[in-house]
Amino acid sequence: MSQTDILAGLAAILEEVAGVDPADVTADKTFIDDLDVDSLSMVEVVVAAEEKFGVKIPDEDVKTLKTVGDAVSYIQRAGVAA
Amino acid sequence: MTPTPRQVVVTGLGATTPLGGDVPSTWEGLLSGRSGARRLTEDWVEQLPVHIAAPLAVEPPLGRVEARTLDRSQQMALVAAREAWAHAGSPEVDSERLAVCVASGIGGVLTLLNQHDVLRERGARRVSPHVVPMLMPNGPASTVGLAFGAKAGVHAPVSACASGSEAIALALDIIRAGRADIVIAGGTEAAIAALPIAGFAQMQALSRRNDAPETASRPFDKARDGFLLGEGAAVIVVEAAEHAQARGARVLGTLAGAGISSDAYHVAATDPTGAGAARAIRAALRSASLEPEDVIHVNAHATSTPTGDVAESIALRLALGSALDSIAVTSTKSMTGHLLGAAGALEAVVTLLSLRERVVPATRNLDALDDEIALDVVSIDNRELGTGAGLSNSFGFGGHDVCLAFTV
Repeated sequence: MSQTDILAGLAAILEEVAGVDPADVTADKTFIDDLDVDSLSMVEVVVAAEEKFGVKIPDEDVKTLKTVGDAVSYIQRAGVAA
Repeated sequence: MTPTPRQVVVTGLGATTPLGGDVPSTWEGLLSGRSGARRLTEDWVEQLPVHIAAPLAVEPPLGRVEARTLDRSQQMALVAAREAWAHAGSPEVDSERLAVCVASGIGGVLTLLNQHDVLRERGARRVSPHVVPMLMPNGPASTVGLAFGAKAGVHAPVSACASGSEAIALALDIIRAGRADIVIAGGTEAAIAALPIAGFAQMQALSRRNDAPETASRPFDKARDGFLLGEGAAVIVVEAAEHAQARGARVLGTLAGAGISSDAYHVAATDPTGAGAARAIRAALRSASLEPEDVIHVNAHATSTPTGDVAESIALRLALGSALDSIAVTSTKSMTGHLLGAAGALEAVVTLLSLRERVVPATRNLDALDDEIALDVVSIDNRELGTGAGLSNSFGFGGHDVCLAFTV
């Protein structure tokens, strides 16, 4: 799956879970400070992403996903590995 | 000589109820004798002996994210608190002098039930990370505290169907003790679901008039057979009188006193002697420096159960004596149903409006007064009211008795 597709998919999840405007979802944005996604909603984002992209994102890896770009890269790599 | 306690006033009212999405529509519904009851249509209803309830008239107008992260009881509390706060003129207050007392009888039971289904059907990974803050009984108080930035304490005094009244009683104590200048106080309850209905039905507490929901809640009537489960929230802005005066607020009335007692009789059954409830009523009068003769109106707890309504009648006689003969009593649960932990807060709003507007909404469905009820119950037509104090009673499983006293 292309980075563009993953970004669009994440934007849709963020809109649904946390009310984030999809136009604000760009690779450089941090989830917590820029997009105002709190730690609880971040759990929902991760679970929804796992389902949408068919990947596993273990809790210890979630901490490393600071920006949207981090998550896009992670999901792309995890998808290839799977 | 003890110093005079701070005077405590009410400056804002808010509610979302089976009769309307705000206070004006709810009040209009009470004055016109509308019923909030209806037959439930959910697929789980048919397995139950009770098919009726009084759901909210207007769904909480909140955004999708609020709906995901807040239990229905929290959503309703937020709606009522926003209305009350705006009604109070959106006060400018030092956040460290603003407190919250918003209680629920049961807490986030809808979330608990839904998420238990998620756990069983889809596994632990799909359980919402919001589930604990959504089901904890202090969740609604926390939601309101966050919305208004209250830093003087957020409280949720849980006492079943007396919770809303106990929250207001606590608000009075907090302001009298000087721990805050404004308290957002009230109750909320969202428990219309199969398990709570089945549980209350097993206690023989619910009316089974499935074919005539609007007639199910009939406090004081000979043919009453239990309460009608309602849902909703009500919140009032309670304020130190000098604070309200200093900011030029419109004062709606005085929260003159509150009395709290406990039966120590049975976990759920009403003490038939009314002794505990009478102690709460007397304590409210003492707290308000009122005599029984000062009282002109009682908004009764009267849920339409066979034993509870009689015990309340006995308690009122014990506490008020012959003064009771000239006191207009009503039970607005005949229209709203029983909002459990929100009931006392809603009835505090209604009691205050009755005193302000000088009219008591009639108790509906009172076709024949029970011979054991020795009260002047306002029925058929609303009744004009003079000037004086009003009481609002609330009692809860666990033996909780709370009485609030208002003047205008």
